[in-house]
Amino acid sequence: MTSAEGLSPKILVFSTHNISDPGIDLAGSSHLHYSPTVMVISLPCTSGIRPDWIVYAIEKGFDGVFIASDGEECAYLPDCAEHSAKIMSDAQVMLQERGHEPRRVKMAAVCSVCAEPFVNYMAEFSKALIELGPSGGASAKERAA
Amino acid sequence: MSGRKIGVYVCHCGGNISDYVDVEKVVEELRSDPDVVVARTAMFTCSDATQQEIIEDIKEQNLDGIVVASCSPKLHTFTFRGVAKRGGLSPYQYTQVNVREQCSWTHTDDHAGATAKATRLVKAGVGRTRLTVPLEPIVVETVPKAVVIGGGVAGLRAALGLAEIGIAVFLVEREPRLGGWVAGFGEMYPHGKNGSELVGGLVQQVRQNPGITVFTNAEVTGKSGSFGNYRVDIRVDRETGETVSVEAGSIVVSTGFDVYSVAQEEFGYGLEGVVTLPEFKCLVDSNDGVLEYNGRPIKNIVYIYCVGSRQDPDVVESARRYCSRYCCTAAVHASLQVAAKPGRVHQYHLHRDVRTYGKYEKLYDESLNKGSVYLKVPDHEPPSVKRDPETGRLLVTTRDLLAEGDEVEILADMVVLVTGMVPRANEELTRALKLPVGKSGFFNEIHPKLRPVETVVDGVYICGTCQQPMNSAEAVSSGLAAVTQSASILKKGFAELDPLVAVVDTGACTWCGLCDEACPYGAPQQVHPNGKSVALIDKTACKGCGGCVPVCPTKAIDLEGYTDAQIRAMIDGMLSTPSAANVPEVAEVAGVTS
Repeated sequence: MTSAEGLSPKILVFSTHNISDPGIDLAGSSHLHYSPTVMVISLPCTSGIRPDWIVYAIEKGFDGVFIASDGEECAYLPDCAEHSAKIMSDAQVMLQERGHEPRRVKMAAVCSVCAEPFVNYMAEFSKALIELGPSGGASAKERAA
Repeated sequence: MSGRKIGVYVCHCGGNISDYVDVEKVVEELRSDPDVVVARTAMFTCSDATQQEIIEDIKEQNLDGIVVASCSPKLHTFTFRGVAKRGGLSPYQYTQVNVREQCSWTHTDDHAGATAKATRLVKAGVGRTRLTVPLEPIVVETVPKAVVIGGGVAGLRAALGLAEIGIAVFLVEREPRLGGWVAGFGEMYPHGKNGSELVGGLVQQVRQNPGITVFTNAEVTGKSGSFGNYRVDIRVDRETGETVSVEAGSIVVSTGFDVYSVAQEEFGYGLEGVVTLPEFKCLVDSNDGVLEYNGRPIKNIVYIYCVGSRQDPDVVESARRYCSRYCCTAAVHASLQVAAKPGRVHQYHLHRDVRTYGKYEKLYDESLNKGSVYLKVPDHEPPSVKRDPETGRLLVTTRDLLAEGDEVEILADMVVLVTGMVPRANEELTRALKLPVGKSGFFNEIHPKLRPVETVVDGVYICGTCQQPMNSAEAVSSGLAAVTQSASILKKGFAELDPLVAVVDTGACTWCGLCDEACPYGAPQQVHPNGKSVALIDKTACKGCGGCVPVCPTKAIDLEGYTDAQIRAMIDGMLSTPSAANVPEVAEVAGVTS
């Protein structure tokens, strides 16, 4: 059997305990397939992600970071979508400043029954990351210097 | 090496995991971590025997952290927190790693990849556990009193349920009388009972119960205090503004719904004979004999479904995209009431889908048997309703998708617009209770299936149609669910809150107020120890969302359980390289991985 390990981009997913992580669980319960190089850290809310975690993940070796947000359904914050979007755009600016491609971070709403959409997001994001090539690890600027 | 003593337990889950993940390899890999002093597999980690083994390991090996790699944390987080506690550990020095739903089950086609991933996920869990601190739940005392807001059928049942188990209830109703919508209904589905009689009985019981204090013409205007002992302000006189304050350990919100308000000319509304479903229901309930409208017998009725529901955002501004759930069955039920009346009435149902879910399908079958005709109309081509100049009757034009999309014209005496539910305007209450509102405008529960009446505001529960469209039976069920949840915290006199809340490094904090702006719950508070302004988090007000963490310009805030160091440690674990013996055979593709 050939493993997808080494064949697919490494993607870190930030999910949420109440909404998007159950959706990702459902993909597994439904035996839908995505690459084992996709790994998930579940948090209470995507508004709590620090942009520098995204940069850290890319520089340590993840090829992309996907924020599986609650969209408008967050139980904590009515403006969660705006907060999460700002975190993503801040991370994109930080990535760009450090010589990384800002498209390495992506966000989409994943609900608690969004099993298929999640798998589709992973397939699309993997394809986009393959086109971008490897993340290159540490800051491109640092490497250039 | 941190000096921690961590136990790692990897579950076979009876083959659900071990059929796809080589669990022995995962354990072998983890044994190389100097902080992992116990690493073993188990057929079922959740079994009583394995739980006991873990407890013995904690005691014998002096473990100060445990990692269980098994199913989703949604299933067994509380099981293993309990194991940690029984072993003498803090429940929060335990990490659940999901190697079933998010690994074995989704990589059934790639055993080597699944094994490598499971190893990395467990390493991430060990990385997180290594940085845990022995937190304990925040224990708060609760007063055995509850405020129920809204005296409709759900609120009445909730108030009675709470009073029956010995909890003092303050029932607050905005209107002059109790009963809500149901008080105005005649025969109702699914039970065939009369709505006004049903509610009349509940109101009588509420009025007679010495444990329930009723406030009508009253509104909740404020909430202060903290979880377990809130002080709720109730405005009891709108003219003078007189307010009373009561203590409450829990608050049950059951403020109900409003009916979709049809605009003039929307589906011909405004023409004589075009009525909404609630108006039609009143007409049907008040006519004992032949169905008449303005003195004329009704021979032909057209029902237009999904009015104000499932609207297309490209066509309607601020579209209501949700399905109101109850209205298909309510319309079908009303048509059966009409069919039971004397005289022959032709009934045409113009629907987009008939959503008489569950046992209500029987009502649909019955209406077909009684002669109702169902026409499926196009989603994006609503029927038109006009006055026919020749006959003076209502002319409904549509297309029937089940008859090859042919245009159909129906002359009707009455057109019933099957209107849905809309959220009530409750701005003052929403603000007072800091209740989250979903995109549809209804109050938001934590999870519709797993925690259906709880909100993120501890001790504040929602039930009935303030939460989502539902029928009266569902509203009563959710009211009773709110009673059960209230009882679970009020009957034992105390409640435990997760200590996974925000914490401030006061050395780094310079009080800029951004955390306060980001928090709708007022958890960050400005304090002045030693003359320096810094933020202090009110642990009982903090909901643990972490929304304040990224906004802090000095990185002074961490969320317990998800600290900056822990997230970075998890990322490191996920990127760790398995030892040579455990590296799967792979075909490296240039330009893909770093």
